[in-house]
Amino acid sequence: MQWETVIGLEIHTQLATESKIFSGSSTAFGAEPNTQANLVDLAMPGVLPVLNRRAVEFAVRFGRAIDAEVAERSVFERKNYFYPDLPKGYQISQAELPIVGRGRVEIVLEDGSVKTVGVTRAHLEEDAGKSLHEDYHGMTGIDLNRAGTPLLEIVSEPDMRSAREAVAYARKIHQIVTYIGISDGNMQEGSFRCDANVSVRPLGEEKLGTRTELKNINSFRFLERAINYEIQRQIDLIEDGGRVIQETRLYDAERDETRSMRSKEEANDYRYFPDPDLLPVVIDAAFIEAVTADMPELPDARRARFQEQYGLSATDAAILTATRATADYFETVAEACGDARMAANWVMGELAAALNKAGLAIARSPVDAQALAGLLARIVDKTISGKIAKQVFEAMWAGEGSADEVIEARGLKQVTDTGALAGWVDEVIADNPQQVENYRAAEPDKRKKMIGFFVGQVMKKSQGKANPQQVNELLRAKLDT
Amino acid sequence: MHEKTLAELSAGLAAGDFSSVELTRHFLDRIERLDGRLNSFISVTAEQALAQAEAADARRAAGEAGPLTGIPVAHKDIFCTRGVRTSCGSRMLDNFISPYDATVVERLDAAGVVMLGKTNMDEFAMGSSNETSYYGPVRNPWDTECVPGGSSGGSAAAVAARLAPAATGTDTGGSIRQPAALTGITGLKPTYGRCSRYGMIAFASSLDQAGPMTRTAEDAALLLGGMAGFDERDSTSADRPLDDYLSGLDAPLQGLRVGLVREFMENDLDPGIAAATQAVIDELKRQGAEIVEISLPNVHLSVSAYYVVAPAECSSNLSRFDGVRYGHRCEDPRDLEDLYKRSRSEGFGAEVKRRIMIGTYALSAGFYDAYYIKAQKVRQLIAADFRAAFEQVDVIASPTAPETAFRIGQKTDDPVSMYLQDIYTIAVNLAGLPGISIPAPQSGGMPTGFQLIGRLFDEARLLNVAHRIQQETDWHTLAPEGF
Repeated sequence: MQWETVIGLEIHTQLATESKIFSGSSTAFGAEPNTQANLVDLAMPGVLPVLNRRAVEFAVRFGRAIDAEVAERSVFERKNYFYPDLPKGYQISQAELPIVGRGRVEIVLEDGSVKTVGVTRAHLEEDAGKSLHEDYHGMTGIDLNRAGTPLLEIVSEPDMRSAREAVAYARKIHQIVTYIGISDGNMQEGSFRCDANVSVRPLGEEKLGTRTELKNINSFRFLERAINYEIQRQIDLIEDGGRVIQETRLYDAERDETRSMRSKEEANDYRYFPDPDLLPVVIDAAFIEAVTADMPELPDARRARFQEQYGLSATDAAILTATRATADYFETVAEACGDARMAANWVMGELAAALNKAGLAIARSPVDAQALAGLLARIVDKTISGKIAKQVFEAMWAGEGSADEVIEARGLKQVTDTGALAGWVDEVIADNPQQVENYRAAEPDKRKKMIGFFVGQVMKKSQGKANPQQVNELLRAKLDT
Repeated sequence: MHEKTLAELSAGLAAGDFSSVELTRHFLDRIERLDGRLNSFISVTAEQALAQAEAADARRAAGEAGPLTGIPVAHKDIFCTRGVRTSCGSRMLDNFISPYDATVVERLDAAGVVMLGKTNMDEFAMGSSNETSYYGPVRNPWDTECVPGGSSGGSAAAVAARLAPAATGTDTGGSIRQPAALTGITGLKPTYGRCSRYGMIAFASSLDQAGPMTRTAEDAALLLGGMAGFDERDSTSADRPLDDYLSGLDAPLQGLRVGLVREFMENDLDPGIAAATQAVIDELKRQGAEIVEISLPNVHLSVSAYYVVAPAECSSNLSRFDGVRYGHRCEDPRDLEDLYKRSRSEGFGAEVKRRIMIGTYALSAGFYDAYYIKAQKVRQLIAADFRAAFEQVDVIASPTAPETAFRIGQKTDDPVSMYLQDIYTIAVNLAGLPGISIPAPQSGGMPTGFQLIGRLFDEARLLNVAHRIQQETDWHTLAPEGF
């Protein structure tokens, strides 16, 4: 039988606010346990939450970015359950009235076609703390630094039909949230976490199969693997006469499998109700307008603009807009050096290779955009050749200074002085009488190829610093007469 | 000195008749001598009080005293007080030393108020008799075999017995007004949002409100001025300026339209209560007020709606008491579930458990719409009834409680009859309105209360009407014998 997979994703993205969603504590990652938990985060008796305005702005920004309805009125509710890393005994979240309603994003499939994936909703909520099970002699430690960190939970429609599509969608959302600056998207630190709802059904069947929810997925690679494993597990199960049960499953990256965590039967009754400590969030047109006015250019728009403005191919424009950092880098270089084509080649070529080799993100590049632009400007103004530029780039990467400093220190400036060039040309002609004879005996159209030998010899003598075009002209003047 | 009202003490301090240290010593001494008979205090903070009194005297000497500087006050033990046990009347928090001050406490502290101690209360403010306290029942100074009402029973008894010139209380369904009525003092529940709830241990967040418990309306005006105001730490507090509660106190009542709630006056109203209410109404008429009968057609649903909303919110609010971070933790828990179950079973008393169960049930899947949502709709109907009534009248009058103080133990096995104690007060919380209870003529030698309900943020008017009544009558001046 042929099977069709149906996938929906729930993505929790941590919002890049300075302070927590309902308290003034810092949200910085990696502090000593419980040093970023104040009275409110500790849920002391009598404390009250106060909503972080910035978190609301960020949610609205996301809503605008996916062309979604932003709710005029949204409501925080309490999701009640007991867990030691949930200090209040409830999580403040949004249930019935989320801040962001229906929206959509476009993803590009492998065959180049474009598919629209629906976003059902996105809502604001607070993160829980962390339970630490190591090093406590059989006891559990609680770190509440993360408790109260603002999250935007983005729920998709069940529109994806393969693990690849799911990954493309997740990447798209990641691209958007990082582009519009509402999240750092750092997956290792848990700033972007995916849960996948997966089901299968016979191809052509309309009714959805029973789904399982895969949790604990913190990389795109694992997302693809976990979904593929789960699809196969469900198909095998059904084909063997079994039945999929609705449950939450945990993806174990080490063993590359999913394991049952809890079934629907054991599910909690969260007893949601509107949080009486918080007023409904009322958003007016002026607020939305102000947020929209602040909105950075979105990735799809930027890609289109790069093609148009810089004459880049669709593929190059996509690569250069994959992340906002890359796009910003490229654009700075292109504007500063004045040659977008060259900037694109360098960013995708030398720079990408060096970053890759060093395992660095572009934001951490030892050669920043201004520095690279300084180098490319020297190619444009013919101070150095493209070949020498690679040498200079390596030196810049190694921390030897700016392009001009390296060129100066290493004496790499292209020689354009006709006297010096003429001297090298004369020497080369004198040293190679046989080649000169052959050249002069050859047909004019063959000469074009043969002159390369002499140019090479002159470049060698100049240690690469001679201006190749000038050398070419001088040689022809001497050899052709 | 303890015979004087807060206003008189304020004048005495200003005139240099006595110092705050003398005044504080006097009340601490009374508490020590007399509170054994009442059990109105859970903690007495004598040392701290004297230090505050000294500071207040120094402040006065520096010419920086305000009307509340140096005045001793008792705080209900529901308000967090830094460095002092804040028990909320529960074993759960018997060991809890608050690391911070509630906004109300902080404001009064800044005004130079001296804290005498923390008063007894029904556990987590759940009760109308002060019998649910982990620290034992509070006794009514008018008859120590009787309850003082609740949940702010400790504050009420302490003020009635002149162990403190004034006290703070909180009112979720009548917890300031009903004990004020049963002990013969004045108690004001302000508009929801007028006083910050920050640092006030939550029972039912959408209903809880702090207010003053004093001997007179004038004293209530003075104390409210120090407690109330917008607080950015409480999203539900009202961002509007405070009225001057003192300047309009003496305004004449000529032409005032007073609504008498038909639904509250019919049925089987206790004759003593009916007569007491009538006496105050007559006084209002005598001063030129016009009495208008009004109807609140949905008010009979108040108690039912309240006992869905309040337990629902409390079931969630009390989840933080889990034995993990502070408060009671059971001995040697086997595992997490055991820690939760035993810590909570041991830490909470029977009434608190009952309400957590009712609330959990009301919020459960399948029941939520029928209970919680329905109760919220009823709430809106009741608020609409009041709005309509306030188009005809300026204030609404009723008895505060259906009877005088009952005997300790009399209602403990009958929670529903206990819940009916708040039959006249609960609707006011549901609608978020201000309400004040002032002493009416006694019935059978025991105090009764007269309730005035105002429009939203119309505390100044309630205080004005109450004050005018108290200027012409002496019901509020009666003191229990032996205290």
